[in-house]
Amino acid sequence: MQLALLAGLVVGASAPLIGTFLVQKRLALMGDGIGHVAFAGVSAGLLLGVWPIWTALIGAVAGACAIEWLRARGRAGGDLALALFFYSGIAGGVVLSGLAGSLNTGTLTYLFGSILTVTRGDAVTIAVLGAVILLAIVVSWRALFSVVLDEEAARVAGLPVDRLNLALAALAAVTVVAGMRIVGVLLVAALMALPVGAAQRMSSSFRGTLVRASAIGALSAVVGLAAARRWALAPGGTIVLVAAAAFVLAAVVSPARRTATAG
Amino acid sequence: MGSPVEVDAVSFAYGRDEVLDCVTFQVQPGEFVALTGPNGSGKSTLLRVLLGLTTPKSGSVRLFGHAPEQLMDRWRLGYVPQRAASAELLPATVAEVVAAGRLARRGWWRRPSPDDEGAVAEAMAAVDLADLANRRLGELSGGQQQRVLIAKALVSGPELLVLDEPVAGVDAGSQRRFRDALVQLAKDKGVAVLLVSHELGAVADDLDRVLVLKSGRILFDGPPGDLTATGVSLGVHAHDLPVWLEGLA
Repeated sequence: MQLALLAGLVVGASAPLIGTFLVQKRLALMGDGIGHVAFAGVSAGLLLGVWPIWTALIGAVAGACAIEWLRARGRAGGDLALALFFYSGIAGGVVLSGLAGSLNTGTLTYLFGSILTVTRGDAVTIAVLGAVILLAIVVSWRALFSVVLDEEAARVAGLPVDRLNLALAALAAVTVVAGMRIVGVLLVAALMALPVGAAQRMSSSFRGTLVRASAIGALSAVVGLAAARRWALAPGGTIVLVAAAAFVLAAVVSPARRTATAG
Repeated sequence: MGSPVEVDAVSFAYGRDEVLDCVTFQVQPGEFVALTGPNGSGKSTLLRVLLGLTTPKSGSVRLFGHAPEQLMDRWRLGYVPQRAASAELLPATVAEVVAAGRLARRGWWRRPSPDDEGAVAEAMAAVDLADLANRRLGELSGGQQQRVLIAKALVSGPELLVLDEPVAGVDAGSQRRFRDALVQLAKDKGVAVLLVSHELGAVADDLDRVLVLKSGRILFDGPPGDLTATGVSLGVHAHDLPVWLEGLA
Protein backbone atom coordinates (compact mmCIF):
# COMPACT_ATOMS: atom_id res chain seq x y z
CA MET A 1 0.00 0.00 0.00
CA GLN A 2 2.89 2.37 0.74
CA LEU A 3 4.28 1.88 -2.74
CA ALA A 4 0.85 2.51 -4.23
CA LEU A 5 0.50 5.68 -2.17
CA LEU A 6 3.93 6.95 -3.23
CA ALA A 7 3.27 6.20 -6.89
CA GLY A 8 -0.19 7.79 -6.69
CA LEU A 9 1.15 10.92 -5.03
CA VAL A 10 3.89 11.37 -7.64
CA VAL A 11 1.54 10.93 -10.57
CA GLY A 12 -1.27 12.94 -8.97
CA ALA A 13 1.09 15.84 -8.34
CA SER A 14 3.00 15.80 -11.63
CA ALA A 15 0.28 15.11 -14.22
CA PRO A 16 -1.54 18.45 -13.64
CA LEU A 17 1.75 20.34 -14.01
CA ILE A 18 1.80 19.32 -17.67
CA GLY A 19 -1.95 19.43 -17.96
CA THR A 20 -2.02 23.12 -16.99
CA PHE A 21 -0.22 24.02 -20.22
CA LEU A 22 -2.14 21.55 -22.39
CA VAL A 23 -5.50 22.85 -21.13
CA GLN A 24 -4.56 26.46 -21.95
CA LYS A 25 -3.47 25.37 -25.43
CA ARG A 26 -6.82 23.54 -25.87
CA LEU A 27 -4.88 20.27 -26.14
CA ALA A 28 -6.10 18.51 -23.00
CA LEU A 29 -7.18 15.51 -25.07
CA MET A 30 -3.62 15.12 -26.32
CA GLY A 31 -3.04 12.97 -23.25
CA ASP A 32 -5.68 10.57 -24.51
CA GLY A 33 -4.05 10.32 -27.94
CA ILE A 34 -0.64 9.73 -26.42
CA GLY A 35 -2.13 7.16 -24.06
CA HIS A 36 -3.50 5.16 -26.95
CA VAL A 37 -0.10 5.17 -28.65
CA ALA A 38 1.50 4.18 -25.33
CA PHE A 39 -0.85 1.19 -25.22
CA ALA A 40 0.51 0.12 -28.62
CA GLY A 41 3.99 0.51 -27.11
CA VAL A 42 3.03 -1.68 -24.14
CA SER A 43 1.72 -4.36 -26.48
CA ALA A 44 4.90 -4.18 -28.54
CA GLY A 45 6.91 -4.71 -25.37
CA LEU A 46 4.83 -7.73 -24.40
CA LEU A 47 5.30 -9.16 -27.89
CA LEU A 48 9.05 -8.59 -27.87
CA GLY A 49 9.53 -9.73 -24.28
CA VAL A 50 10.84 -6.29 -23.29
CA TRP A 51 9.74 -4.38 -20.16
CA PRO A 52 6.61 -2.64 -21.46
CA ILE A 53 7.39 0.67 -19.73
CA TRP A 54 10.36 1.24 -22.04
CA THR A 55 8.49 0.46 -25.25
CA ALA A 56 5.54 2.50 -24.02
CA LEU A 57 7.87 5.45 -23.36
CA ILE A 58 9.44 5.22 -26.81
CA GLY A 59 6.07 4.91 -28.50
CA ALA A 60 4.48 7.67 -26.43
CA VAL A 61 7.29 10.17 -26.98
CA ALA A 62 7.40 9.41 -30.72
CA GLY A 63 3.63 9.70 -30.96
CA ALA A 64 3.55 12.93 -28.97
CA CYS A 65 6.23 14.53 -31.12
CA ALA A 66 4.42 13.40 -34.27
CA ILE A 67 1.14 14.90 -33.05
CA GLU A 68 2.89 18.17 -32.28
CA TRP A 69 4.69 18.17 -35.63
CA LEU A 70 1.40 17.70 -37.47
CA ARG A 71 -0.35 20.34 -35.40
CA ALA A 72 2.44 22.92 -35.74
CA ARG A 73 2.57 22.60 -39.50
CA GLY A 74 -1.18 22.59 -39.92
CA ARG A 75 -0.92 19.32 -41.80
CA ALA A 76 -4.02 18.14 -39.99
CA GLY A 77 -6.42 19.97 -37.71
CA GLY A 78 -5.56 19.41 -34.04
CA ASP A 79 -8.52 17.07 -33.48
CA LEU A 80 -7.92 15.17 -36.72
CA ALA A 81 -4.29 14.58 -35.76
CA LEU A 82 -5.48 13.28 -32.41
CA ALA A 83 -8.07 11.02 -34.06
CA LEU A 84 -5.36 9.51 -36.27
CA PHE A 85 -3.27 8.61 -33.25
CA PHE A 86 -6.19 7.68 -31.00
CA TYR A 87 -7.53 4.98 -33.25
CA SER A 88 -4.28 3.79 -34.80
CA GLY A 89 -2.74 3.50 -31.35
CA ILE A 90 -5.53 1.52 -29.72
CA ALA A 91 -6.00 -0.64 -32.81
CA GLY A 92 -2.27 -1.30 -33.03
CA GLY A 93 -2.25 -2.19 -29.36
CA VAL A 94 -5.09 -4.66 -29.75
CA VAL A 95 -3.42 -6.31 -32.76
CA LEU A 96 -0.01 -6.53 -31.09
CA SER A 97 -1.52 -7.82 -27.85
CA GLY A 98 -3.34 -10.49 -29.81
CA LEU A 99 -0.10 -11.52 -31.48
CA ALA A 100 1.60 -11.66 -28.10
CA GLY A 101 -1.24 -13.73 -26.69
CA SER A 102 -1.60 -11.06 -24.03
CA LEU A 103 -5.05 -9.69 -24.72
CA ASN A 104 -6.07 -10.45 -21.17
CA THR A 105 -5.69 -9.09 -17.65
CA GLY A 106 -2.06 -8.27 -18.46
CA THR A 107 -2.99 -5.55 -20.92
CA LEU A 108 -6.06 -4.54 -18.92
CA THR A 109 -3.79 -3.39 -16.09
CA TYR A 110 -2.23 -0.90 -18.48
CA LEU A 111 -5.57 0.18 -19.94
CA PHE A 112 -7.23 0.84 -16.57
CA GLY A 113 -4.29 0.90 -14.16
CA SER A 114 -3.39 -1.42 -11.32
CA ILE A 115 -1.92 0.80 -8.65
CA LEU A 116 -2.21 -1.81 -5.91
CA THR A 117 0.17 -4.15 -7.78
CA VAL A 118 2.86 -1.50 -8.22
CA THR A 119 6.25 -3.04 -7.45
CA ARG A 120 9.27 -1.32 -5.94
CA GLY A 121 10.78 -1.13 -9.43
CA ASP A 122 7.60 0.48 -10.78
CA ALA A 123 7.56 2.99 -7.92
CA VAL A 124 11.20 3.94 -8.49
CA THR A 125 10.56 4.39 -12.22
CA ILE A 126 7.47 6.51 -11.56
CA ALA A 127 9.41 8.60 -9.03
CA VAL A 128 12.21 9.22 -11.53
CA LEU A 129 9.76 10.18 -14.28
CA GLY A 130 7.95 12.45 -11.83
CA ALA A 131 11.23 14.11 -10.90
CA VAL A 132 11.99 14.69 -14.59
CA ILE A 133 8.61 16.35 -15.05
CA LEU A 134 9.01 18.52 -11.97
CA LEU A 135 12.52 19.64 -12.89
CA ALA A 136 11.49 20.45 -16.45
CA ILE A 137 8.56 22.56 -15.27
CA VAL A 138 10.61 24.39 -12.62
CA VAL A 139 13.14 25.37 -15.30
CA SER A 140 10.80 26.18 -18.17
CA TRP A 141 7.35 27.13 -16.85
CA ARG A 142 7.84 30.85 -17.49
CA ALA A 143 8.89 30.19 -21.08
CA LEU A 144 6.00 27.76 -21.62
CA PHE A 145 3.65 30.35 -20.12
CA SER A 146 4.92 32.91 -22.61
CA VAL A 147 4.22 30.50 -25.48
CA VAL A 148 0.75 29.73 -24.17
CA LEU A 149 0.02 33.46 -23.72
CA ASP A 150 0.92 34.36 -27.32
CA GLU A 151 2.94 31.98 -29.46
CA GLU A 152 3.69 34.53 -32.16
CA ALA A 153 4.84 37.19 -29.71
CA ALA A 154 7.03 34.55 -28.07
CA ARG A 155 8.67 33.87 -31.45
CA VAL A 156 9.27 37.57 -31.99
CA ALA A 157 10.90 37.70 -28.55
CA GLY A 158 13.34 35.00 -29.68
CA LEU A 159 12.01 32.12 -27.57
CA PRO A 160 12.62 28.66 -29.13
CA VAL A 161 8.89 28.11 -29.54
CA ASP A 162 9.06 24.98 -31.70
CA ARG A 163 11.47 23.27 -29.30
CA LEU A 164 9.40 24.29 -26.28
CA ASN A 165 6.25 22.87 -27.87
CA LEU A 166 8.07 19.62 -28.69
CA ALA A 167 9.42 19.45 -25.15
CA LEU A 168 5.90 19.90 -23.76
CA ALA A 169 4.66 17.10 -26.02
CA ALA A 170 7.48 14.83 -24.84
CA LEU A 171 6.74 15.68 -21.19
CA ALA A 172 3.09 14.83 -21.81
CA ALA A 173 4.27 11.44 -23.07
CA VAL A 174 6.42 10.92 -19.96
CA THR A 175 3.39 11.82 -17.82
CA VAL A 176 1.19 9.31 -19.61
CA VAL A 177 3.73 6.52 -19.14
CA ALA A 178 4.22 7.44 -15.48
CA GLY A 179 0.48 7.40 -14.94
CA MET A 180 -0.58 4.33 -16.87
CA ARG A 181 0.13 1.92 -13.99
CA ILE A 182 -1.82 4.19 -11.65
CA VAL A 183 -5.02 5.03 -13.51
CA GLY A 184 -4.41 3.41 -16.91
CA VAL A 185 -3.84 4.91 -20.35
CA LEU A 186 -7.57 5.46 -20.81
CA LEU A 187 -7.85 7.69 -17.73
CA VAL A 188 -4.47 9.39 -17.33
CA ALA A 189 -5.56 12.36 -19.44
CA ALA A 190 -8.28 12.98 -16.86
CA LEU A 191 -5.63 13.44 -14.17
CA MET A 192 -3.91 15.95 -16.43
CA ALA A 193 -7.06 17.98 -17.02
CA LEU A 194 -9.57 17.75 -14.16
CA PRO A 195 -7.36 19.12 -11.37
CA VAL A 196 -6.45 22.01 -13.70
CA GLY A 197 -10.13 22.73 -14.32
CA ALA A 198 -10.67 22.95 -10.59
CA ALA A 199 -7.53 24.99 -9.90
CA GLN A 200 -8.10 27.67 -12.52
CA ARG A 201 -11.46 28.47 -10.96
CA MET A 202 -9.74 29.12 -7.66
CA SER A 203 -6.69 31.03 -8.90
CA SER A 204 -6.01 34.45 -10.31
CA SER A 205 -2.44 33.67 -11.24
CA PHE A 206 -0.89 31.10 -13.52
CA ARG A 207 1.63 30.09 -10.90
CA GLY A 208 -1.21 29.66 -8.40
CA THR A 209 -3.05 27.48 -10.90
CA LEU A 210 0.02 25.26 -11.35
CA VAL A 211 0.51 24.80 -7.62
CA ARG A 212 -3.18 24.26 -6.81
CA ALA A 213 -3.66 21.84 -9.72
CA SER A 214 -0.73 19.77 -8.50
CA ALA A 215 -2.09 19.77 -4.94
CA ILE A 216 -5.58 18.79 -6.09
CA GLY A 217 -4.13 15.99 -8.21
CA ALA A 218 -2.10 14.65 -5.31
CA LEU A 219 -5.08 14.89 -2.94
CA SER A 220 -7.29 13.11 -5.48
CA ALA A 221 -4.79 10.25 -5.58
CA VAL A 222 -4.67 9.93 -1.78
CA VAL A 223 -8.43 10.25 -1.22
CA GLY A 224 -9.18 8.02 -4.21
CA LEU A 225 -6.84 5.30 -2.97
CA ALA A 226 -8.28 5.48 0.53
CA ALA A 227 -11.86 5.28 -0.77
CA ALA A 228 -10.98 2.42 -3.11
CA ARG A 229 -9.43 0.49 -0.24
CA ARG A 230 -12.33 1.24 2.09
CA TRP A 231 -15.09 0.20 -0.31
CA ALA A 232 -13.21 -2.28 -2.54
CA LEU A 233 -13.51 -0.05 -5.61
CA ALA A 234 -11.33 0.07 -8.72
CA PRO A 235 -8.60 2.45 -7.53
CA GLY A 236 -7.79 4.06 -10.90
CA GLY A 237 -11.39 4.97 -11.61
CA THR A 238 -11.95 6.12 -8.02
CA ILE A 239 -8.98 8.49 -8.17
CA VAL A 240 -10.35 10.06 -11.36
CA LEU A 241 -13.85 10.34 -9.88
CA VAL A 242 -12.42 12.19 -6.88
CA ALA A 243 -10.65 14.58 -9.27
CA ALA A 244 -13.93 15.06 -11.13
CA ALA A 245 -15.70 15.79 -7.84
CA ALA A 246 -13.05 18.40 -7.05
CA PHE A 247 -13.74 20.03 -10.41
CA VAL A 248 -17.48 20.12 -9.78
CA LEU A 249 -17.00 21.46 -6.26
CA ALA A 250 -14.70 24.22 -7.50
CA ALA A 251 -17.24 25.14 -10.19
CA VAL A 252 -20.00 25.41 -7.59
CA VAL A 253 -18.21 27.32 -4.83
CA SER A 254 -15.81 29.54 -6.81
CA PRO A 255 -16.79 32.82 -8.44
CA ALA A 256 -17.68 32.56 -12.10
CA ARG A 257 -14.56 32.92 -14.20
CA ARG A 258 -14.16 32.61 -17.94
CA THR A 259 -11.62 29.86 -18.50
CA ALA A 260 -10.27 27.72 -21.32
CA THR A 261 -12.18 24.52 -21.83
CA ALA A 262 -10.58 21.16 -22.41
CA GLY A 263 -10.59 21.40 -26.18
CA MET B 1 24.74 49.91 -36.01
CA GLY B 2 21.95 50.15 -38.58
CA SER B 3 18.65 51.96 -38.34
CA PRO B 4 16.00 50.29 -36.20
CA VAL B 5 14.03 49.43 -39.34
CA GLU B 6 15.27 49.21 -42.94
CA VAL B 7 12.89 47.65 -45.45
CA ASP B 8 14.39 47.50 -48.94
CA ALA B 9 12.35 46.51 -52.01
CA VAL B 10 10.41 43.82 -50.19
CA SER B 11 7.98 41.77 -52.26
CA PHE B 12 5.82 38.91 -51.07
CA ALA B 13 3.21 36.69 -52.64
CA TYR B 14 0.85 33.95 -51.46
CA GLY B 15 1.11 31.62 -54.43
CA ARG B 16 0.38 33.84 -57.41
CA ASP B 17 -1.27 36.58 -55.35
CA GLU B 18 1.16 39.47 -55.07
CA VAL B 19 0.63 40.95 -51.62
CA LEU B 20 3.63 43.24 -51.28
CA ASP B 21 5.28 44.96 -54.24
CA CYS B 22 8.70 46.49 -53.81
CA VAL B 23 8.06 48.10 -50.42
CA THR B 24 10.83 50.37 -49.17
CA PHE B 25 10.97 52.50 -46.05
CA GLN B 26 13.04 53.17 -42.94
CA VAL B 27 12.32 54.11 -39.34
CA GLN B 28 14.95 56.04 -37.43
CA PRO B 29 15.57 56.23 -33.66
CA GLY B 30 13.03 58.49 -31.96
CA GLU B 31 10.70 58.55 -34.97
CA PHE B 32 6.99 58.00 -34.47
CA VAL B 33 5.73 56.42 -37.70
CA ALA B 34 2.32 55.04 -38.59
CA LEU B 35 1.60 52.42 -41.22
CA THR B 36 -1.97 52.55 -42.44
CA GLY B 37 -4.12 51.39 -45.32
CA PRO B 38 -7.39 49.62 -46.08
CA ASN B 39 -8.13 46.00 -45.33
CA GLY B 40 -6.27 43.77 -47.75
CA SER B 41 -3.53 46.35 -48.38
CA GLY B 42 -0.82 44.04 -47.10
CA LYS B 43 -0.23 45.64 -43.68
CA SER B 44 -0.41 42.37 -41.76
CA THR B 45 1.87 40.62 -44.21
CA LEU B 46 4.36 43.50 -44.12
CA LEU B 47 4.30 43.32 -40.34
CA ARG B 48 4.98 39.56 -40.36
CA VAL B 49 7.89 40.05 -42.77
CA LEU B 50 9.26 42.88 -40.61
CA LEU B 51 9.12 40.75 -37.47
CA GLY B 52 10.79 37.79 -39.15
CA LEU B 53 7.69 35.60 -38.91
CA THR B 54 7.75 35.04 -42.66
CA THR B 55 10.37 35.47 -45.39
CA PRO B 56 9.92 37.88 -48.31
CA LYS B 57 10.03 36.65 -51.88
CA SER B 58 12.61 39.32 -52.64
CA GLY B 59 14.15 42.30 -50.96
CA SER B 60 15.46 42.56 -47.45
CA VAL B 61 14.51 43.63 -43.96
CA ARG B 62 17.08 44.81 -41.44
CA LEU B 63 16.43 45.45 -37.76
CA PHE B 64 19.39 47.33 -36.24
CA GLY B 65 21.46 46.18 -39.22
CA HIS B 66 20.54 42.49 -38.88
CA ALA B 67 18.07 40.24 -40.63
CA PRO B 68 15.20 39.68 -38.14
CA GLU B 69 16.02 36.00 -37.62
CA GLN B 70 19.67 36.91 -36.94
CA LEU B 71 18.99 39.64 -34.40
CA MET B 72 20.47 38.21 -31.20
CA ASP B 73 19.45 40.99 -28.79
CA ARG B 74 15.72 40.35 -29.19
CA TRP B 75 14.97 42.62 -26.22
CA ARG B 76 15.65 45.58 -28.53
CA LEU B 77 12.41 44.77 -30.35
CA GLY B 78 9.16 45.28 -28.48
CA TYR B 79 6.01 43.94 -30.10
CA VAL B 80 2.43 44.71 -29.12
CA PRO B 81 0.14 42.26 -30.95
CA GLN B 82 -3.56 42.63 -31.45
CA ARG B 83 -5.49 41.53 -28.37
CA ALA B 84 -6.39 37.85 -28.63
CA ALA B 85 -9.70 36.76 -27.15
CA SER B 86 -8.08 33.55 -25.91
CA ALA B 87 -5.66 35.51 -23.73
CA GLU B 88 -8.61 36.67 -21.61
CA LEU B 89 -9.28 33.05 -20.62
CA LEU B 90 -5.78 32.48 -19.30
CA PRO B 91 -5.56 32.28 -15.51
CA ALA B 92 -2.82 34.88 -15.29
CA THR B 93 -2.31 38.13 -13.45
CA VAL B 94 -1.30 41.43 -14.98
CA ALA B 95 2.11 41.15 -13.31
CA GLU B 96 2.70 37.67 -14.76
CA VAL B 97 1.81 38.79 -18.28
CA VAL B 98 4.08 41.84 -18.07
CA ALA B 99 6.91 39.76 -16.58
CA ALA B 100 6.70 37.42 -19.59
CA GLY B 101 8.08 40.28 -21.67
CA ARG B 102 11.27 40.21 -19.65
CA LEU B 103 12.37 36.78 -20.91
CA ALA B 104 13.92 38.31 -24.03
CA ARG B 105 16.24 40.35 -21.83
CA ARG B 106 17.40 37.80 -19.27
CA GLY B 107 17.04 34.43 -21.06
CA TRP B 108 14.04 32.15 -20.83
CA TRP B 109 15.71 29.61 -18.53
CA ARG B 110 16.85 32.09 -15.86
CA ARG B 111 14.97 32.96 -12.70
CA PRO B 112 13.84 36.58 -12.30
CA SER B 113 16.30 38.88 -10.56
CA PRO B 114 15.56 42.01 -8.49
CA ASP B 115 16.33 44.03 -11.66
CA ASP B 116 13.64 42.10 -13.52
CA GLU B 117 11.10 42.68 -10.76
CA GLY B 118 11.96 46.37 -10.73
CA ALA B 119 11.54 46.60 -14.49
CA VAL B 120 8.12 44.93 -14.26
CA ALA B 121 6.99 47.39 -11.59
CA GLU B 122 8.29 50.30 -13.67
CA ALA B 123 6.57 49.11 -16.85
CA MET B 124 3.23 48.70 -15.05
CA ALA B 125 3.57 52.16 -13.51
CA ALA B 126 4.38 53.66 -16.93
CA VAL B 127 0.96 52.59 -18.23
CA ASP B 128 -0.87 53.28 -14.97
CA LEU B 129 -1.46 49.65 -14.08
CA ALA B 130 0.45 49.37 -10.80
CA ASP B 131 -2.77 49.03 -8.77
CA LEU B 132 -3.97 46.17 -10.95
CA ALA B 133 -0.83 44.01 -10.75
CA ASN B 134 -2.56 41.09 -9.04
CA ARG B 135 -5.80 41.27 -11.00
CA ARG B 136 -6.57 38.54 -13.48
CA LEU B 137 -6.15 39.62 -17.10
CA GLY B 138 -9.66 38.57 -18.09
CA GLU B 139 -11.20 40.84 -15.45
CA LEU B 140 -9.84 43.99 -17.09
CA SER B 141 -11.47 46.16 -19.71
CA GLY B 142 -10.28 46.12 -23.32
CA GLY B 143 -8.31 49.31 -22.83
CA GLN B 144 -6.65 48.00 -19.67
CA GLN B 145 -5.73 44.73 -21.37
CA GLN B 146 -4.15 46.69 -24.20
CA ARG B 147 -2.09 48.64 -21.68
CA VAL B 148 -0.95 45.33 -20.19
CA LEU B 149 0.33 44.25 -23.61
CA ILE B 150 2.09 47.59 -24.03
CA ALA B 151 3.74 47.18 -20.62
CA LYS B 152 4.80 43.65 -21.61
CA ALA B 153 6.46 45.07 -24.72
CA LEU B 154 8.13 47.89 -22.78
CA VAL B 155 9.46 45.88 -19.86
CA SER B 156 12.61 44.74 -21.67
CA GLY B 157 13.56 48.35 -22.54
CA PRO B 158 13.19 48.06 -26.32
CA GLU B 159 14.72 50.45 -28.83
CA LEU B 160 12.05 49.68 -31.44
CA LEU B 161 8.37 49.30 -30.58
CA VAL B 162 6.00 47.80 -33.14
CA LEU B 163 2.26 47.92 -32.39
CA ASP B 164 -0.46 46.13 -34.35
CA GLU B 165 -3.90 47.79 -34.19
CA PRO B 166 -3.40 48.76 -30.54
CA VAL B 167 -6.51 50.93 -30.17
CA ALA B 168 -9.06 48.60 -31.73
CA GLY B 169 -12.02 48.50 -29.35
CA VAL B 170 -10.31 50.79 -26.83
CA ASP B 171 -12.14 53.64 -25.07
CA ALA B 172 -11.15 57.26 -25.63
CA GLY B 173 -9.56 57.67 -22.21
CA SER B 174 -7.29 54.69 -22.75
CA GLN B 175 -6.43 55.97 -26.22
CA ARG B 176 -5.23 59.24 -24.71
CA ARG B 177 -3.09 57.44 -22.12
CA PHE B 178 -1.75 55.21 -24.84
CA ARG B 179 -0.85 58.21 -26.99
CA ASP B 180 0.96 59.88 -24.07
CA ALA B 181 3.00 56.74 -23.43
CA LEU B 182 4.05 56.43 -27.09
CA VAL B 183 4.99 60.10 -27.41
CA GLN B 184 7.11 59.90 -24.29
CA LEU B 185 8.88 56.82 -25.60
CA ALA B 186 9.68 58.36 -28.95
CA LYS B 187 10.53 61.92 -27.90
CA ASP B 188 12.06 61.44 -24.46
CA LYS B 189 13.65 58.00 -24.74
CA GLY B 190 14.51 57.94 -28.45
CA VAL B 191 12.59 54.73 -29.10
CA ALA B 192 11.57 54.14 -32.72
CA VAL B 193 7.81 53.55 -32.80
CA LEU B 194 6.00 51.91 -35.71
CA LEU B 195 2.25 51.89 -35.28
CA VAL B 196 0.11 49.78 -37.62
CA SER B 197 -3.46 51.00 -37.44
CA HIS B 198 -6.62 52.02 -39.25
CA GLU B 199 -7.31 54.59 -36.57
CA LEU B 200 -4.75 57.35 -36.25
CA GLY B 201 -6.92 60.16 -34.93
CA ALA B 202 -5.59 59.92 -31.37
CA VAL B 203 -1.95 60.26 -32.48
CA ALA B 204 -2.29 62.33 -35.67
CA ASP B 205 -0.73 65.45 -34.11
CA ASP B 206 2.29 63.54 -32.81
CA LEU B 207 3.29 61.44 -35.80
CA ASP B 208 6.53 62.22 -37.61
CA ARG B 209 5.55 60.27 -40.72
CA VAL B 210 2.68 58.30 -42.16
CA LEU B 211 3.15 55.37 -44.51
CA VAL B 212 0.08 54.56 -46.60
CA LEU B 213 -0.01 51.07 -48.02
CA LYS B 214 -2.49 50.11 -50.70
CA SER B 215 -2.53 46.98 -52.83
CA GLY B 216 0.89 46.08 -51.53
CA ARG B 217 2.55 49.37 -52.47
CA ILE B 218 3.61 52.42 -50.46
CA LEU B 219 1.53 55.25 -51.90
CA PHE B 220 2.60 57.90 -49.43
CA ASP B 221 5.56 58.34 -47.08
CA GLY B 222 5.79 61.68 -45.39
CA PRO B 223 4.60 64.00 -42.62
CA PRO B 224 0.91 63.69 -41.74
CA GLY B 225 0.44 67.38 -42.57
CA ASP B 226 1.30 66.70 -46.22
CA LEU B 227 -1.27 63.89 -46.29
CA THR B 228 -4.04 65.88 -44.65
CA ALA B 229 -3.29 68.81 -46.98
CA THR B 230 -4.66 66.63 -49.74
CA GLY B 231 -7.92 66.47 -47.82
CA VAL B 232 -7.37 63.04 -46.35
CA SER B 233 -8.48 62.52 -42.75
CA LEU B 234 -6.45 60.49 -40.30
CA GLY B 235 -9.50 59.86 -38.12
CA VAL B 236 -11.94 57.00 -38.20
CA HIS B 237 -13.00 56.29 -41.71
CA ALA B 238 -13.82 52.64 -41.93
CA HIS B 239 -16.30 53.32 -44.73
CA ASP B 240 -14.42 55.93 -46.71
CA LEU B 241 -10.91 54.46 -46.61
CA PRO B 242 -11.11 53.24 -50.18
CA VAL B 243 -12.53 56.61 -51.25
CA TRP B 244 -9.78 58.77 -49.88
CA LEU B 245 -7.08 56.38 -50.96
CA GLU B 246 -8.52 56.39 -54.49
CA GLY B 247 -7.80 60.08 -54.51
CA LEU B 248 -4.25 59.43 -53.44
CA ALA B 249 -3.30 56.86 -56.04
